[in-house]
Amino acid sequence: MKYFQEKTETMAPEEIRKLQSEKLVRQVRHVYEHVEPYRWKMDEAGVRPEDIRGVEDLPKLPFLTKGDLRDEYPWGFLAVPRKDCVRIQSTSGTTGRRVVAFYTQHDVDLWEECCARAIVAAGGSEEDVVQVAYGYGLFTGGPGLNGGSHKVGCLTLPMSSGNTDRQIQFMMDLGATILCCTPSYAAYLGESLRERGISPEDNPLRAGIFGAEPWTEEMRRSIEKTLGIKAYDIYGLTETSGPGVAFECAEQAGMHINEDHFIAEVIDPDTGEVLPEGSRGELVFTSLDKEAFPLLRYRTRDICILSRRKCACGRTFVRMTKPMGRSDDMLIIRGVNVFPSQIETVLLKEGYAPNYQIVVDRVNNSDTFDILVEMDEAMFGDTVSAVTGREKALVAAMRAMLGIGPAVHLVAPHSIQRSEGKAVRVIDKRKLVTEDENFLNRKN
Amino acid sequence: MALNQLSVFVDNTPGALADIAEVLANADINLRALSIADTERFGILRMIVSDNRMAVSVLKGRGYIVKETEVVGVKIGDQPGKMAEALKVLDLAGINLEYLYAFCARTQKHAYLVIRVADNLKAEETLTAAGFHMIEDADVAKL
Repeated sequence: MKYFQEKTETMAPEEIRKLQSEKLVRQVRHVYEHVEPYRWKMDEAGVRPEDIRGVEDLPKLPFLTKGDLRDEYPWGFLAVPRKDCVRIQSTSGTTGRRVVAFYTQHDVDLWEECCARAIVAAGGSEEDVVQVAYGYGLFTGGPGLNGGSHKVGCLTLPMSSGNTDRQIQFMMDLGATILCCTPSYAAYLGESLRERGISPEDNPLRAGIFGAEPWTEEMRRSIEKTLGIKAYDIYGLTETSGPGVAFECAEQAGMHINEDHFIAEVIDPDTGEVLPEGSRGELVFTSLDKEAFPLLRYRTRDICILSRRKCACGRTFVRMTKPMGRSDDMLIIRGVNVFPSQIETVLLKEGYAPNYQIVVDRVNNSDTFDILVEMDEAMFGDTVSAVTGREKALVAAMRAMLGIGPAVHLVAPHSIQRSEGKAVRVIDKRKLVTEDENFLNRKN
Repeated sequence: MALNQLSVFVDNTPGALADIAEVLANADINLRALSIADTERFGILRMIVSDNRMAVSVLKGRGYIVKETEVVGVKIGDQPGKMAEALKVLDLAGINLEYLYAFCARTQKHAYLVIRVADNLKAEETLTAAGFHMIEDADVAKL
């Protein structure tokens, strides 16, 4: 089995464009009729649904941002009656307001099909045992790959994240052949297997599908070596469905975007101008088939490059590089999206001035996450336990807001590095981006 | 009656204490006693000084976080065994120490314990009943 849906995945480029045009016209009408906040946007921009006759008219449509979705939380962008929805998923939430994405059964099927394509592209078939070690719940990672694995017909191990002993036990006892998790957890599992004296040849795995956080080619090679597998990248975001919007094939030369369901554009993040193929810019998605939460021209804030060069795998879908950075200040730490504004919110709520610095690093393939906070007079006590108690309380508040626990260190006032009077809020030492602009042309 | 101690929050960085010492020296403030609680990342400098108001003012002026805390000051004889005596009294009364440090005065034949406990009054009453004398800010200024 080389493709999950061969006809679609190898469709001629002009056919894809024709299909996208037909779906876009229908989708714009659906959105205009049912999504009031987007109708306002279109009215404001002076665009009527009948102005959109095909993909070439896409740039006429206004952009959507995460802020737009948050403003209308929770129901504003729901495009079908509530009774038609069967599921929600949600982002980790910034400043207390999350983005909730709705799914009809059709939307869930479509999403799971995208994940199924990724699993098959990684060599998966009904013979495989797929260990899903992404988190399950509101996070899309677990449910997405779980559903995709069912669609392919694999035996699915719904492990969720964490509990490494149990992961290893099930992997070995049930003969898991494909591992799905974050790359940092894959690296950690590799280390744990080695510590238990299980060599790469002795574990049953042969492929891994890793995503939800930035990783490098070096990390890929390291994971492939420690686990004895071939490692595949996968991309997605809750707003467009979840993982599986784009996936890697055996060529490992960029991720194919499922263009029958999504139109991808790359824009200049400052001007909004659509950039030609091969340019580095912000990725924008339009959902063509989603019923419940159909976003048009959604700005992902991920910076990448698209390539239409023919891929040796035979798939005709456009390829994207791994995200090379962000056009906003979001950090992805251990697979979780973290905005500095969330940390600021916690500090203000806990009675601190927002004088802080986030320090992220990667040690032994796993992210370290430290927050320095300048001590506040009201928070200071004359005993060590009084100070460490404050730190612990901040860790707990941060964990509640972010979903992951940073190490919090109270530091002396004015000790945080300032540049031109402005505090340096984020120091990311991970150097995760190694792709050069020729990445998509590699091996082709 | 009260002995007031100053605590300063300091980063565990080279020169941190030197800077505080200089600030106090420039304001002509005499240090009677000090102790440092240090951790890997930060320290708490605790001091008994000759002039609290002035010290707080110059330290805050320099951007330090300073806290004034009432502690128990006990006068003891400057002889072996005297501290043990005082501590035994507290122990018998079930009073737990958070921390303690001590100093001697050159002009006196006494030593002084600075004791931090949860309940100052109880500690003071216990020690007084056992015959110890407490000292307060005014006494420190005269040393």
